Amino acid sequence: MASSSVFLVMVSGQIESAEFPEFDEIYLRYNLHYGQDWLVTSGLEEGISQVAKKSQDDRQQIVWNFPIDVTFKSTNPHGWPQLVVHCYGSDFWGTEVSRGYGVCHIPITPGKHKLKIPMFVPESSSLLQKFTSWFLSRRPEYVDARVIARGEGREVTRVRSQGFVNISFNVIMKDMKKLGYDVLPSDVSTVNVPENVGTTATEA
Amino acid sequence: MTSNARRKRKDERLVQSEDEEEGISNPSMEGDLPEMTGTDSSPEMEAAEADALVKTLKTKRRKKKKELADEVISPKDDLARQLKEAKRKSQQKIEDAEREEMEESAPMSVVADDGTLPMPEEEERESVLEEAEGEEVRRLRKKKEETEETLIEGPPGEEEETPPPREEEEPPAKPPSPVPKEPSDEMPSKSLSIKEKMRMRMEKAKEEALSEVKEEEKESRKERRLQRDKKQTTRFDETKPYIGSPHASFEIDENELDRITEEKRLQRLERRKKMPAKGREGFQMPTAEEAFDFFTREWKDEEKEEVEEGVEKAETEKAEKKEGEEAAEQEGAPKPDKPEDEQPLITQDDEMVSDLPTMMCAAYTPDINEQIKKEGEIYFVPSAAEIPATQKVGADFEVRRLEDEGFYVGKRPSAGSRNQNRMEHRLLKEIEKGRESSRAWFGEDGSLLALPDPLRSLPSRPPMPEEVEPVLKLDYKKAVIREFDSRYIDGTTEGIGHYQLDVDLNQVFFTHHHLYSKEHALAQKLTSLYEQYVIRERKNMTAYLGEKLKALKNSALHLQDHIAAHKSEYNLTDRSNYDRRLQDYRAEIIQTRQQRDREEKTDRTLLRHILATWKAIKKERELQTFTNTPVKLQIRKEDGNKVEDERVWKQEVLAEIEELRDEHEREYRRNMLTYEEEMKRYQNQIQAKAEAQKRVDKRRKKIGSKQSIRSGAEDDEQHEKDLELLSEADLTPPDEPSHFDDATVRESVEKKARENRRRPGEPKLHLELSNTATITPTQNCNLDEQRRRADVSKCMIFVKILFNNKEVSRTNMKPLSQDFKVSYGQIYSMKIVQWPESIAFQVHESIGLGSTLVAELCAPIPDTSVTSVSVQLEDLEFSSDRKEKLNRAAVGSGMPFTYGSDNSQLEILMTTGILTYSVAWAVDEHGQALVPPALVNANTMFTHMKKMDPLAAIGAAGVMDLKKLADWFASSHLDPNDPSNADIVYLLRGKGGDTSHLTPAEYFRLEQLMVEFDFVTQQELEENKRFRLIQLRDEEVQEFKNYKMVPAHEREVPRDVFTEYERKKREEQRLKSEGDHDIETQRMAVKRYRQKIRDQVMRRFRRQAHMKNWEDMVKEDMVPNIALLGTSLMKVFARRTPLKPQRKKQKKVVAQSIKGDEVRIIVNISRAQNVPVRLSAAMQAGSGAVTSRQDTRPLEQTMVRPFVEVMFQHHCIRTSVGDGSNPSFNEELEVPFRAPFDDYSPGNLQTVPDAVFLNIFDEVVVDIQEDDRERGRMVHQRIEKKWLGSLKIPFTTIYFNGKIDGTFRVNAPPVLLGYVYEGLSHGPDDIGINKDLKTLLGLFISIQPPLTQPEPVKERFSTNEDEATMVQADQWKEQISSRFTPKRELKTFVTDVNFKSVFITRYFRPINPPDEFTGKGPELVARYVSLIPFVPDAAIFPGLCDIWNTCDQFLAMLSGDEEEHAILLVNYFLHMGIKAWLICGNAIPEGPTAYVLTEEANVHYIWNPSSGERFRTNDATCPLRSIGCIVNNENIWANIQPYDKPDQMMYSLTETSCWEPLFNNSRRNPGLQSIQPERLYYLQTDKDFVTELQEKIQHVLKNKVMDWRSRYITRWNRHCSQIMRKTLPLLEESLGKSVDQDHIKELEASFSSYKVSGFPINMPFTEVDPIVETVYATGVHGHESNEIEFALAVYVHPYPNSVLSVWVYVASLMKNR
Repeated sequence: MASSSVFLVMVSGQIESAEFPEFDEIYLRYNLHYGQDWLVTSGLEEGISQVAKKSQDDRQQIVWNFPIDVTFKSTNPHGWPQLVVHCYGSDFWGTEVSRGYGVCHIPITPGKHKLKIPMFVPESSSLLQKFTSWFLSRRPEYVDARVIARGEGREVTRVRSQGFVNISFNVIMKDMKKLGYDVLPSDVSTVNVPENVGTTATEA
Repeated sequence: MTSNARRKRKDERLVQSEDEEEGISNPSMEGDLPEMTGTDSSPEMEAAEADALVKTLKTKRRKKKKELADEVISPKDDLARQLKEAKRKSQQKIEDAEREEMEESAPMSVVADDGTLPMPEEEERESVLEEAEGEEVRRLRKKKEETEETLIEGPPGEEEETPPPREEEEPPAKPPSPVPKEPSDEMPSKSLSIKEKMRMRMEKAKEEALSEVKEEEKESRKERRLQRDKKQTTRFDETKPYIGSPHASFEIDENELDRITEEKRLQRLERRKKMPAKGREGFQMPTAEEAFDFFTREWKDEEKEEVEEGVEKAETEKAEKKEGEEAAEQEGAPKPDKPEDEQPLITQDDEMVSDLPTMMCAAYTPDINEQIKKEGEIYFVPSAAEIPATQKVGADFEVRRLEDEGFYVGKRPSAGSRNQNRMEHRLLKEIEKGRESSRAWFGEDGSLLALPDPLRSLPSRPPMPEEVEPVLKLDYKKAVIREFDSRYIDGTTEGIGHYQLDVDLNQVFFTHHHLYSKEHALAQKLTSLYEQYVIRERKNMTAYLGEKLKALKNSALHLQDHIAAHKSEYNLTDRSNYDRRLQDYRAEIIQTRQQRDREEKTDRTLLRHILATWKAIKKERELQTFTNTPVKLQIRKEDGNKVEDERVWKQEVLAEIEELRDEHEREYRRNMLTYEEEMKRYQNQIQAKAEAQKRVDKRRKKIGSKQSIRSGAEDDEQHEKDLELLSEADLTPPDEPSHFDDATVRESVEKKARENRRRPGEPKLHLELSNTATITPTQNCNLDEQRRRADVSKCMIFVKILFNNKEVSRTNMKPLSQDFKVSYGQIYSMKIVQWPESIAFQVHESIGLGSTLVAELCAPIPDTSVTSVSVQLEDLEFSSDRKEKLNRAAVGSGMPFTYGSDNSQLEILMTTGILTYSVAWAVDEHGQALVPPALVNANTMFTHMKKMDPLAAIGAAGVMDLKKLADWFASSHLDPNDPSNADIVYLLRGKGGDTSHLTPAEYFRLEQLMVEFDFVTQQELEENKRFRLIQLRDEEVQEFKNYKMVPAHEREVPRDVFTEYERKKREEQRLKSEGDHDIETQRMAVKRYRQKIRDQVMRRFRRQAHMKNWEDMVKEDMVPNIALLGTSLMKVFARRTPLKPQRKKQKKVVAQSIKGDEVRIIVNISRAQNVPVRLSAAMQAGSGAVTSRQDTRPLEQTMVRPFVEVMFQHHCIRTSVGDGSNPSFNEELEVPFRAPFDDYSPGNLQTVPDAVFLNIFDEVVVDIQEDDRERGRMVHQRIEKKWLGSLKIPFTTIYFNGKIDGTFRVNAPPVLLGYVYEGLSHGPDDIGINKDLKTLLGLFISIQPPLTQPEPVKERFSTNEDEATMVQADQWKEQISSRFTPKRELKTFVTDVNFKSVFITRYFRPINPPDEFTGKGPELVARYVSLIPFVPDAAIFPGLCDIWNTCDQFLAMLSGDEEEHAILLVNYFLHMGIKAWLICGNAIPEGPTAYVLTEEANVHYIWNPSSGERFRTNDATCPLRSIGCIVNNENIWANIQPYDKPDQMMYSLTETSCWEPLFNNSRRNPGLQSIQPERLYYLQTDKDFVTELQEKIQHVLKNKVMDWRSRYITRWNRHCSQIMRKTLPLLEESLGKSVDQDHIKELEASFSSYKVSGFPINMPFTEVDPIVETVYATGVHGHESNEIEFALAVYVHPYPNSVLSVWVYVASLMKNR
């Protein structure tokens, strides 16, 4: 299939930090979830970060600065890639449990974006379960972290928010406009270049 | 690392250390270097002499220390010597100081020259030297040379270096400026004018001079601290050289010494030159002394540590003795160690360069050791030790000190030297790793680049602009209070929110009240009647209608005459026009007359009523002896002329009769016409029916006589029509219209006239009602009346006014007057802020305490034009259905009462009344109506819509029915061209814009803008390939479900994407559309049905699959129960059996990670048993057979040479040839596997239809040597393979089970010509094959890598079952399944076609097998069932769970898997009176499956429903491996025996220790009804069709065989075929098992001269293609010879319901030579 008309979305950025007021020593994994018309041409689809501790100041930030660098190829904006982040940390008993799931779309406009995504975990189905899960360090987890990138079946879960993860994205796109997708707001796409810019340059 | 290289590195390091030393000697550098940080923090010495002094002192001090240390450390030293040394040193020091003073006094010019250093040159030379010096020897020699040279060489070099231009300026301004003061990133400062620089320096110098004094005091302390720091590093460093290579270190030391000496010499020279500038040296001397003492003491602690250096130090010392000044000697000591110190790190790093930290895909290793190791690879701990400058600058560059060169370098920002060193280490590390770019971090002087300290000395604040940015400026606006919020009339506009409604309540008048007396009631009646009378009188309708009638008659007459007169003149249209007009007249006359009659009648009845009422009043008054009401009726009589009256009367009657006659006649004519027509129809029908009846009768007779089903289609049609005709309802004979009956009409007219009209001679009556009667005063009335009147005046009435359902005001309580009126006459003003929605009045009545609501009535909201000025009072009637008891004289309300004394007339009156009121908008003092503005132009919200579409506007108003409007438009003859009608015309005009057809658009649009959102038209959407692709993918159509990267443009969509899909669609379409006269029509019908079911199920499933539950989403551990805890605890204490290893599960591979080409099916064939042997061999071996009996078996005679061929997805692999009838292969064959659409997801994999075929062949070598003479020299043979049997294992079976292991029975034909089973070849009669002996094949099949199996689909769907039963069953199941570790197959609920969970026992019910089978054995039935094609559910319903069909569905679909077969078989057995159960268990190769258990005379049998085979329970070859439960129509019994193998089990169901029933005494069977049909109806299979099919198959096969061997001539042996054809039915009769021996004998006899090999194949018929495939797979055709002949016979045995058994007999014959 020699499909020449594709557009490219290059995403670089990093999962910078997180705020989990109650937890410490957290590492994260990320996956990218995208539709059928998308293809990762370079970069990693998944990653696992180092374990990070809280900063000792008031901000109590957990900093990873974990880089993301992926380039997508696509023919159809349907199924725009989403970044699924799930955090893990050790609990009271030292066992690793999930600390939060979060998801966000890769920004659809080029440029630099800073996102703060809320993280949540599924709650135990009952109080007894909650206790046993705490006692046995087996918090409920999603069967597949990617479900949070989809809407299906979410109605059966109950979740609780845990904190936030700050992510910065730098997005570059190629050929979107060629395929008729105009993602730039009008004021950006028609940049008003001052008149004297060119002239001074030539004079100089 | 070679030693050479190492050396080199050390060299570099040495250079660096030298640099540092130099730096250290230079106080200004101290900020950068850790050792010196404390010593003097003021780097500026230029201006102040104090500085210089300090410096000297310090250097002295250091030197001293070093010397002392060295002496102490050196092994040969003793205390005495040390002391002596110390003394000497101190002396020397003093001398030095003196000498320095002297030097200071040296001429200024020298100093000026010295402004810049000779350093660069020196450095250069050094580096050159380094490069040159490869060998130690040379280096050593050099060292000596240099030491000698130092004194001589130094000064001249310096002088040469001095740049001439600075000579004049520098001296005063720049006293000996220390080199490192100028960081190399100061380069830009060079561009500054020198003058400026000078000024700045001067300033700085001054400042520093001041601070210097203070700093001095701190010095000692800092020094101490420094020492400590140093100590640590030294200790750390020291250990390593020894560990490393002492030899090397020694070399280094030597080398280094060279540098040091050289360096120091230079420094000294430099300093000497500088000295003069620093005057007043004596100033600080004492302090220096103290410090010195202090340090000497301190130093002793370190003595031991610096063991090695001591020696070298001493040497150096000696070399430098003359110059007492030793600057950084002290630092020199630890320095040499540094290279070694870093050594291990470096080596590590070298290793690391190759493996840079890589990001892994989420692989987490919890192993701590591994983690440490990994961390070690990744982490780097920079040391805090110093690094020589040369190293930092790089080998190719020389260290340059800009400051020393006279450039200005600003003050570096202070940073911890340790930290700085760390950073340098990090950067160096990077350089080592090959990132030369990191070198850029270092300046030319080897220190880190840094801008001058940006901090100001004095705190200041940034300028604050006074003006605020215009954008950020805030404007002051006054606070606004909103009176109303927007949900009220107009919260938005200010000030005008005051609207007022005036409600005028005038009076309430009860037209009936429960306190009415009877007279009141009557009077009220009279009043109302009279009112009516007056109105009628005023209208005088009778007279008006009479006049009208007259006029109409006249015009009608006139018209008639006119028509009669001008009949000929008018054309057709005109005439019809006139006729119509005439008819109109006539109709109107009739209408008017009727109206008039009605009016007259009412007039008369009214009159009668009034008079009757009046009479009743009079009677009542008389009766009660008092008058209660003032009503009085006066009657005036007017006598009429009787004669005249009579005349008019008669005339009118006559006229009317005449008219009626006329009318009747016309009517009669019309009626007559229709009558005739109907009569004709009626007669026709009668006739037709009679004929039809005749035909039907005839046909019935015909059918009775002739049993043929075949009858002409025409006949049928006729018959059908007849039946239809007969069933039609009989028409009733029409009535003949009657003629005009003059007498009766006259009578009726007269009667009517009598009733309705004043009779001739009767006086006319005129009535007048007045209220003039006097009411009897209360005291004159009787007691009851008095009380009543008192009650009336006690009754209070008030009215509440409700605005928007809230009470806003109420009237006063006013007593009811005696005439039941309450007058209020009051205006209530309401200021409103809310939109008026309703205005209501509640009339309340209160007698005594409390009040009752009489009625509530609503007033309309006044129009905007209605103001209090213009308003009129209005009446509102109200009534109440409240019942009020009548007491005394009152009549009550809602209660029956009678007038007068007689009880004849009961009457019930309800409280009613009239409220007189008005509601209007108030007017303010300016005469302005206080009406809310929005009300003026109401429904503004639709105005914009109106502009868009008048339709919408009308719709919004919601009052118009366009259809009606159109009708009205048509009927009202509006002129469509009239501009005033334009709106309506536009509205009614349809799409076409055709004004002549004014029909409204017949659609309703909810969202007329919706079209805007359609980005393409519907048509485009359908035609566009890309959209179609996307849509199909979204619908999860199998082919496109996993389509990746749908192209962005339509043109890029591959052209052939849909071809496959469309073909499939067409196929389905073809299935759906009937009329295909294929021979397999019925099969098609079956397919169609299957397709339908499949579609239906798929649709349901898709809906179901998208409904998730908690378990699908969240992984959560179950709460452990005691039992689980117990077992897990038990596991801990369980005996370890190391010799019995547990099978470990292979890791499953996720679908995504499979590329596609690595999946293989591994077939391990271990051995085969009971392979039939060649007859020739057997005969020779055996004791007696057909022809030759040789007891000695020739050794070379091969029995059989079998091999196994594995075929899968057109890949064919075979084993090597085994030998004998029990060969052992032990071969592992790999067949590649490719999933359709390259989709390895479980959902797709379970639909793979392919199967693994294992065929056993015998390899026969045929000698085809033509020429016997060559036999000795040549071998010419042909290899033939003869099919012996096959085994088919569907891929899905392998996939679901993961692996298949065991010994399998090979499906061998019942007769295998030319072969015989070895074990049986002894008896002469056992030439054929015994059914009990079958070829067995030992197999192990698995998939590599193991694929993930589909998640178990949740089997529980919605259900109609009883909840309690379900719960019970669940508990029972849970309880039993927890008892056995390999879970046993327990089924309670299964899914039916409707996706409902159905209780399994509902599937059982005795069902009749086809009639033919009655009285036959169970084997036949089993055979019948087994002949129904077997299709696994997964193939029919891909991606679905197991679906259980009922027997009728099963037979209709003619395909199903094990459970359907089993159920049908059980049901047949039950019907036959055999005890039968369904077994849920595991079998090979099917996996979880269903078998049938029967009991006959206490012997239990197990039946395989898919093959029809029967096994005894103790039969080891039974494929059933375990039994989980057995089910029949009554109950489910779970196997709770310790063993679940059929041959190890007990089968007495009453044994509760063996079988646990679901329903027992405590759990009752709730009487579950079977869902199976009561009876099955079987269609006879068409015999013709069967023969046709038989021929077709034979034809196809023959052609195919010829095709396959197209290289050779294929000859058919007819004789053989015939014999074979005869035998086939026999085979079928024997149910394909036992063989009639005779036919073989016959065959043998006829073809004794041939070598015959062949076999019959039997299979259920599905399609022709599989038959061809199977024949091909046997490879019969594969005889590469022309001489061979073939025989082929096909037999299709029909069973009811199109179940067909196909027999194909193929044989090859070769002439024996």
